[in-house]
Amino acid sequence: MKQNPFRQLILGIYGLIILLPLSLVLLTTFKTTPELYSNPIGLPAGWNIENYKQLLVNEPIFGYIKNSVIVTVFSTFFILWFSSMIAYAIIQLPQKLGWIVYGFFVCGMIVPTQVNMIPVFLLMNKLGLVNTLTGVIIVSISFLLPIGVFIITGFMKTLPKELFEAARIDGASEWKIYSKIALRLSIPSMATVGIFSFVIVWNDLLFPLLLLKSKEVKTLPIALLDFQGEFLTNYPMLFSAVVLSSIPLLIAYVFLQKHFISGMTSGALK
Amino acid sequence: MSLKTNTSIQEEEKRTPSFSFPLFSFKSISKSRHLWLFLLPGFIIYTVFFALPTLSALFLSTTDWNGLSSQFSFVGFQNFKEILTNDAIFTQSLTNNLKFTIGVLIFQTLLSLGFALLLYKNSAWNTFYRSLFFVPTIISSVSIAFTWNFMYDPNIGGVNLFLSKIGLEHWTQSWIGNGHIAIYSLAFVQFWAHTGQMLIIFVAGIQAIPSELYEAASIDGATRWQKFKRITWPLLAPATTMVVAYTTIQSFKAFDLIIAMTNGGPSNSTEILSTLLYHEAFINFRFGYASAISVVFMIVIALLTFLQFRVLRLTKM
Repeated sequence: MKQNPFRQLILGIYGLIILLPLSLVLLTTFKTTPELYSNPIGLPAGWNIENYKQLLVNEPIFGYIKNSVIVTVFSTFFILWFSSMIAYAIIQLPQKLGWIVYGFFVCGMIVPTQVNMIPVFLLMNKLGLVNTLTGVIIVSISFLLPIGVFIITGFMKTLPKELFEAARIDGASEWKIYSKIALRLSIPSMATVGIFSFVIVWNDLLFPLLLLKSKEVKTLPIALLDFQGEFLTNYPMLFSAVVLSSIPLLIAYVFLQKHFISGMTSGALK
Repeated sequence: MSLKTNTSIQEEEKRTPSFSFPLFSFKSISKSRHLWLFLLPGFIIYTVFFALPTLSALFLSTTDWNGLSSQFSFVGFQNFKEILTNDAIFTQSLTNNLKFTIGVLIFQTLLSLGFALLLYKNSAWNTFYRSLFFVPTIISSVSIAFTWNFMYDPNIGGVNLFLSKIGLEHWTQSWIGNGHIAIYSLAFVQFWAHTGQMLIIFVAGIQAIPSELYEAASIDGATRWQKFKRITWPLLAPATTMVVAYTTIQSFKAFDLIIAMTNGGPSNSTEILSTLLYHEAFINFRFGYASAISVVFMIVIALLTFLQFRVLRLTKM
C-alpha cells in the first residue's frame, strides 16, 4: 500500500492544490504590477522587495501588527485565566450547582457571534468602547469563554479529587489549590484553548470590522480589507500585506505543528 | 462531591472540635461563597457582553429601530412576517446558505474521509501531508479570500490559466463574477480551507479503532472493502457525526470569507444570512429588521445543532 502510485498521485495533486495558490501569493509579492499582468504565474524577474519597502514606508503596518498583538495577547490571557477559574469553580461546587453554571456558560457555544453583533455594537457604543482595542478584547473574551470553559472543565474533571482534598486538609486556600494544583495539571487543555483562541482572535474580522474605525486602532485583518479597496487590482502590494500578516502564525505553526493541529481542531466550532 | 466534603469536615472535626451539622455546615457555605469569586470576572463579561446581548437581539427584533434615532416603536411580529413572506433577498440568502453548506458538506466530508483513510498511519510522509493540508486553517479567512480572488481572476487568475493550458478554454470564466456559480466558487474555497481540519478528526477516529479487529478480519479472509464496510465505517460513526456537525455549523456561519471575497454580490447571489444581517444593520440601518433576521438565523442554527445531536444519538447505538 505504501508504494501505491495511485495513492501518491492523489496526495500529490491535493498537496499542489493547497500549495500552489499560497506559493503564487508569495511569488506575486516580488513582482511589479505590469510584470504580474504579463507573467501572472511564472517566477518573478528578480527578488525585488520594493513592494514590502513601500508598504512599510507608506502604511502604518507596524501599528497594525502592534494592535493585533495587543488584542490577541490580552484576549488569550484573559480567556485562559477566566475560563480556568470558572472550570475550577465548576468542579468544586456541589454537583447540581456546578452543572447549572456549566450549562449557563456552555450554551453560549451554539449562539453564532453574528447574532450578537448589533446589540454588542450598541452596548460598546454606549460604553464609549467603539474604536478602542479594549472593546475588541472584551468581546473576544466573551465569545470564546464558552468553548474555553467547555474544554478546560472537561479536562479538570478527570483530575483526581484526592489531590485537592489533600491540599485542603493541609490548609491551602482555594486560590492556592487552583493556582498551584489545578492550573498546573491542566496545562494540556490550557495549551489547546490558548492556541485556538490566539489563532481565532488574530484572524478575526467580525468584531474589529464593527468596532475599529480609525487607522490607529485597526488590526491586521481589517487593515487588509482596507488595502483591498485602496490597492484595488494592485495584487503585489495587497499580497505583501497578506504575507506579512500571515508569517507570524505560520512560523509558529512550523515549530508547534502538533499543538496547533489538536488545538485548532478542538476549537473548530468557533 | 458532597461525600468528599463530608470527609474533609470529619477530618477537620478530629483536629479541632467544632459545631457543625453533618449535612449543612458553615464550612461548605463559606467554601462555595469563596468559589463564586472564581466565577465572577468571567461571569460578568460573559453575561454583559454575550448573554444579555443575545437576549436583547430578541427584544430589538420586535422594533422598527433604525439604529440612529432615539425613537422607535414596537411592531410585534411585523419584521418576522416581512422576512418570511415578503423578502425575496432573505429567501435568496437562505437558499444560498443551503447551496453553500450542502456543497461544502458533501465534498469536505467525503474527501477528508478519503484522505484520512490514506493518511491515518503515523509515518513521516503521512504526518507531512497532514500538516500540509492543515496549513489553510492557520491563515486568516481574509488572506484566504484574497488568495482565491486572485486565483479566480478572469484574466490573470491561476484557475483560468490552468484550464487554458490543459485545453479546456471553454470552461474558463469569471468564477466569482458570474452570479450563477459564484456561491459554489466560494464553497470550494471554504472546502479548501477546512478539509485539512476535518481530516484530523477522521484520523483520530480511525486510529482509535483496535487493530485486532482488522487482524481477525484478515484471518477470516475479508477483502479491504469488507473491512471498511464492516469495521471502519460503523466504528467511525462518532467521528463522522462530529465532522458533519462541525462542517454544517462552520459553513452555515461563514462570514469573513464572503465579506472579503464578494461582499454578497454580484446582485445578492452570494449573500447568506450572516452577511445579509450585517448589511441590513450597518449599510441600510435597519437594526430592528436585521435583529429579526439574526433571531431567525439563531433558530436555524439551533435546529441544525439539535438535529445533529439526534443523529449522533442514533448512530451511537
